[in-house]
Amino acid sequence: MRKMLGLVLLCGLLVLTLAFYACGSKQGEKKLEVFSWWTAGGEAEGLEAMRKIFINQNPDVEFINATVAGGAGSNAQAVLATRMQGGSPPDTFQVHAGLELIGSWVVAGAMEPLNFLFEENDWMSVYPQGVIEIISQDHKIYSVPVNIHRSNVLWYNKAIFNKFGLDPPETLDDFFTVAEVLADEGITPLALGDNGIWAATHLFENILLGALGPEKYKGLWTGKVKWDSADVKAALKTFVKVLGYVNTDHAALSWDGAAQYVIDGKCAMTVMGDWAHGYFKAKGLKPGVDYGWMPSPGTIGAFNMLSDSFGLPKNAPHRKIAIKWLTVCGSKAGQDAFNPIKGSIPARTDADRNLYDAYLLSAMNDFSSDTIVPSCAHGAAAAQSWVTKIHDVMSIFVAEKDVEKAAREFQAAASRFANK
Amino acid sequence: MSLLQNIRSFKLTLKQRKMGLYLTLIICSLFFLLPIYVLLVTSFKGFAEVSEGNMWALPLKATFAAFEKAFTKLGPSFINSLILTVPATLISALLGSLNGYILSKWRFKGANLIFVLMLFGMFIPYQSILIPLVQFLQKIGLYGNLIGLIIVHIIYGLPITTLIFRNYYSEIPDELIEAAHVDGQGIMGTYLYIIFPISLPAFVVVIIWQFTNIWNEFLFAITITQNPEQQPVTVALQDLSGTFIKEWNVQMAGAFLAALPTLLIYIILGKYFIRGLLAGSVKG
Amino acid sequence: MVRSRKDIAIGMSIVIPCFLVLAVFVYGFIGWTLTVSFTAWEGVLPNWEFVGLKNFATLFSTQRFQIDLLNTVFFSIFFLGFCVLFGFTLAILLDKITTGAAVFRNIFLFPLAISFVVTGVIWRWIFNPSVGINALINSTVGVNIAWRWYTDTSSVCGFHIALIPVVIAAGWQLTGYIMAMVLAGLRAIPVEIFESAAIDGAGEFRKLFNIIIPHLKPILLSALIVLGHISLKIFDLVYTMTGRGTAFVTDFPGIYMFETTFQGHFYAEGAGISIIMLMLVAIVIIPYLYSILKKERV
Repeated sequence: MRKMLGLVLLCGLLVLTLAFYACGSKQGEKKLEVFSWWTAGGEAEGLEAMRKIFINQNPDVEFINATVAGGAGSNAQAVLATRMQGGSPPDTFQVHAGLELIGSWVVAGAMEPLNFLFEENDWMSVYPQGVIEIISQDHKIYSVPVNIHRSNVLWYNKAIFNKFGLDPPETLDDFFTVAEVLADEGITPLALGDNGIWAATHLFENILLGALGPEKYKGLWTGKVKWDSADVKAALKTFVKVLGYVNTDHAALSWDGAAQYVIDGKCAMTVMGDWAHGYFKAKGLKPGVDYGWMPSPGTIGAFNMLSDSFGLPKNAPHRKIAIKWLTVCGSKAGQDAFNPIKGSIPARTDADRNLYDAYLLSAMNDFSSDTIVPSCAHGAAAAQSWVTKIHDVMSIFVAEKDVEKAAREFQAAASRFANK
Repeated sequence: MSLLQNIRSFKLTLKQRKMGLYLTLIICSLFFLLPIYVLLVTSFKGFAEVSEGNMWALPLKATFAAFEKAFTKLGPSFINSLILTVPATLISALLGSLNGYILSKWRFKGANLIFVLMLFGMFIPYQSILIPLVQFLQKIGLYGNLIGLIIVHIIYGLPITTLIFRNYYSEIPDELIEAAHVDGQGIMGTYLYIIFPISLPAFVVVIIWQFTNIWNEFLFAITITQNPEQQPVTVALQDLSGTFIKEWNVQMAGAFLAALPTLLIYIILGKYFIRGLLAGSVKG
Repeated sequence: MVRSRKDIAIGMSIVIPCFLVLAVFVYGFIGWTLTVSFTAWEGVLPNWEFVGLKNFATLFSTQRFQIDLLNTVFFSIFFLGFCVLFGFTLAILLDKITTGAAVFRNIFLFPLAISFVVTGVIWRWIFNPSVGINALINSTVGVNIAWRWYTDTSSVCGFHIALIPVVIAAGWQLTGYIMAMVLAGLRAIPVEIFESAAIDGAGEFRKLFNIIIPHLKPILLSALIVLGHISLKIFDLVYTMTGRGTAFVTDFPGIYMFETTFQGHFYAEGAGISIIMLMLVAIVIIPYLYSILKKERV
């Protein structure tokens, strides 16, 4: 009897299933599929704000918000890769501006240059030259950046710093002095959450930047500076020393867990991109009162940037509509709608400053005056394949702390991938 | 008198041994039930209560909020899993039945070799066919959607379904087939009128086995279905745990929802589930 | 028994196409993967330049892959040991009782019906170093053991301590399988053998070693082969529970293959890993299948 019941149930389900197939969506003419990993929080809301602008201008277009969650975009990139290879690209997709796009898709000849769009809209004058360089290959522009994030930010708990009369560290030496004091007081100086793949690399790239300075740091990515040079080894040693001041459970936390430690006062500082600002605000903290920020130790005057951008794949199914979307992405209105919600600054320099809070305004100021360098952990500096190998070396280095070996393997990766 | 005492004391130790036996089994059961306790307790907590870190305590205030949130997030992929699992299960069961019947009752030359070569497909690590599979599905335009995934599950489900049916049918006496033959039935007639009607137990075993496996599968699902609108529930659950703030209560409620269908089948039809389990290890 | 040619032809016309499709999807695709593993395909577009065994040489000299192989060996040993010892004990205990046996059996077996993904999500939280088991022990016994579970990066003779929680989670899920197999085997032992042993005055241990274990050998062997190939292929559970882990303490070839292929675009390298995984499984499975084929021919 039970068997029969089970079979009847299954047959019922089959009928239900067929009904679902039957009412699948029809092929419409006016569609736009926007592919991104903005699935939650401020980024999803920011995307929604841009979507509204787009739909107001193009009310007859069906907007397909194709998002893939997980892994800070790594899942989405895997999905994108298989779609592009299969010749079924989305109309446009989110990608970290820089080598993440150029090193894979532009090299593969899968992207359309967008110079015409920049000229038509007169964007060349509103995007900083440093940004144009990062998104270009052989003078061809390949994506429209909608925002700028900063990687090299040190966030600190103001109550702790006030209590012990400390100033936030400006240099790496300052950092160790402050860390010593905090450690003596029983407070873990630096919070790290490298449970994800990239967080250790994130901390390291900013220590590299602090130790080498912006010009040599940039040289690492062009092959001009060797990874097994004395400078890099010194930076690796500094990194090991810094690891002596982080929370012992760093491998169990993700970056937001580390930020939470700063909120809770378990740790005094954390080095994290400025999306941490959004996290602090979401937790009800007051910028400049409960927490403060500084360029990470040794990096004053340098702006380690990453950017989310949208590109136009060749054979995009709805090319004309995709171009309309890219126009919204690059417009002042689009960026001013997106960025205050996402918690980033516009890639354009003519934003409406009234819309942005104290931190973002300070970032905008630095962005216009500092030396701009590309972030490695977030795809601006190097192609995905190179970054993958850097993450692998870092993962072992964090546990083994073998400077010579790490330098050797970094250099091996660099000679394999630099200028490729 | 002394004999009586002896018997009594023996009985006592027997009883003690029984009690020890049950005590051991109960302690072992606690280990197996522990995750379910954590799952349920956490699912009924509010977010504030979870963040406080008392994961082991009973909820102070039971709430369905986590279930509601998990349901809105996993609901569509839950339906995807049904759309995927039901046809894949039924079709692979039917094909397995036909193949098992022919390979056990109509052995042509080389049938055994074919059978063993098919069986190998059930043990391979699917990573070793993943790259070509993705490329192939792209070529035929079935990459990234549920239909592609259904076909994949039907094909890679063939070995196990064939195996279970073949074992089942080899227990059926050949005389039955011969009687049908005398009645003028050919290979298909015999299958339709004699074999199929008595296959119900094997079908139940195979259907339960395939349903459970396909519902629970992850590697094919995460590689082949990229679009969240097409994702089965296992992938959606994994995504749920990758999001911004770790809402453990929502994750646990989601895990509960994802496990529910196969758990229900196990509870209702456990006997057949175990049969599939034993059959899955090949008669050796 | 008479089988007409026509009937055999109909039969073959059903089996052969099924087999051919499967053969393409299994053997054909394996061949394709093998081909990819000999090429220089690195990056988003295929590159069919032949490089011989270079990818394999690179793999075996890559620390991550060395760790993965070592993890696979240790994980397999401890996971099989856990399941066999625990499952065997449970079966022997269950065999001794009648009241409530069904309830206990169901409790030990239900994890088999659950997805590895679900198991991973739950156990990840149980072994979370800040809120999991540690907090439970702290609040009940009052001792802070501060054990780092799957985030521990230390190792003993190459065995990563962080694998212990993974072994427990996998064991939780699959111990019931051994138990069910052993129970089925126990039922198949003729009662007379036990009776005559009882007359000889054999104790529990002699019964176990002289009767039960010899009778269960074939069933245990096939159970070990099934669990063994699961542990060589493990992916879902670890991917959701711990991921690769700091310094790859909980990394396995399956995870490496997935990440390097579909996230890093090292297709040739990923193909190489999967070929090595296949060979590991084949070492276990092919003798087994061969023995089945031989038995069928007799």
